Amino acid sequence: MGKRINYALAAHPSFQARWSLALNPAMAYGPGMRPLSIVPAVDPAILKDLVACPSCDTLHRLPDAGMNQRARCVRCHRVLINPRDSAMTKIVMMALTATILMIAAIAFPFLSLQSHGLSQRSSIIDVIEAFSEGMMLPLSFAVAALIVVLPMMRLAAIMYVLAPMSFGWAPAKGAMTAFRLAEALKPWAMAEVFIVGVAVAVVKVSGLAHLSMGPAFWAFAALVLVTVWNDTFMCRLTIWRTLESRAARR
Amino acid sequence: MANAGIPRRAPLTARAAGLVACHECGRVHPLGFTTCLRCGAALSSRDPFSLQKVWAWWLVGLMVYIPANLYPMLVTTSLGKTSENTLLGGVIELVHIGSYGVAGIVFFASIMIPIGKMFAIPYLAIKVARPDSRSAHLRHWLFEVVEFIGRWSMVDVFVVAILSSLVQLGGVVSIKPGFAALCFALSVAFTMLAAISFDSRLIWDADKGNAE
Ligand SMILES: [Zn+2]
Ligand SMILES: [Zn+2]
Repeated sequence: MGKRINYALAAHPSFQARWSLALNPAMAYGPGMRPLSIVPAVDPAILKDLVACPSCDTLHRLPDAGMNQRARCVRCHRVLINPRDSAMTKIVMMALTATILMIAAIAFPFLSLQSHGLSQRSSIIDVIEAFSEGMMLPLSFAVAALIVVLPMMRLAAIMYVLAPMSFGWAPAKGAMTAFRLAEALKPWAMAEVFIVGVAVAVVKVSGLAHLSMGPAFWAFAALVLVTVWNDTFMCRLTIWRTLESRAARR
Repeated sequence: MANAGIPRRAPLTARAAGLVACHECGRVHPLGFTTCLRCGAALSSRDPFSLQKVWAWWLVGLMVYIPANLYPMLVTTSLGKTSENTLLGGVIELVHIGSYGVAGIVFFASIMIPIGKMFAIPYLAIKVARPDSRSAHLRHWLFEVVEFIGRWSMVDVFVVAILSSLVQLGGVVSIKPGFAALCFALSVAFTMLAAISFDSRLIWDADKGNAE
């Protein structure tokens, strides 16, 4: 477990009162005011050094820039920040590798089956087309999305956002939206679930026929490893803060 | 674990400090802001429709989960003889082959996880309305498990897709997907959406010292 930090803003009465007065418009402008519009008294920029845990809303003060250690939420223990050296370049390189592997996985034969002198080859495209008959058709689209389209979209979005970052440039147009898309796609990009499905399918047909893996299988397996490894390098908060500070410089 | 420097009262939340936090990037703003200054996401201190969405997705997920168990997942035609396998039948078949490890994985992904989610999601939603601060850690853990593990149920749908594309050996043996594959995939997707819709900050709102 990562080292727990003490950046939590303790619920100290004096601190809480100060905060409430400074920032809560309802309190600052009397109980009759509804906190609707922007509070003129507070410059939102001073709030940049705070972060609220997305899981439980606990406020934390961010560690100083350059600290290379993982920090967890004091209450729910979610990892808030996990910075790594030159992570941006690594992530872009790995996303590029994963994209090339995905193209290889689509182009080459995936699995082949031999039984009673008959043989059947199957590519990723064939797997997607397995449900293309009749009312199962929507499932074909879903499988295509889950194992090819969404993982590719996620990789493309990550590269679009982080490639300019790794060169030290200003963020590309729409980078914020692209990164939010990449985050939203995360649960739906199911390449690693698919590879477990392949393992189960191999066991299921083992009694029936002889099965051999094609080059696409190994490309896909490598793709899964690269993607999972890549996700451990991704620190959401570091990326958001870098994007914000670079966008401000533009 | 000792939390040096942290009082016994619950930590200050963004909402208690008069702030609204971005769910996407963690940036805090004064209450009243509707769009995140950092990432452009819509801001809400707590998603007011969270529980409605959770219940709606859970209900449709449960509705398609029933046919997913009754209809066949796989239809195998071997030398003119047709046999059908349900979700549970697929696991039993793996036990008969003697692959207990793989049978265990499939049983866990296709039977245990969906059933567990069907109970865990309403439990989490009900507990928001009737909170007690002591179980917050347990409920948060449960939510993270549901959120993390839900997508792995999709394994069986992929198995069906792979088998039906691969096992097409003319008259000898061929495999076709059954109607349950569609229902099960929808059920997994709907319960994933239920978990995504759940605003986990609601779990902690009953935490002591956070009542105002
Ligand atoms: Zn937290
Ligand atoms: Zn944001």
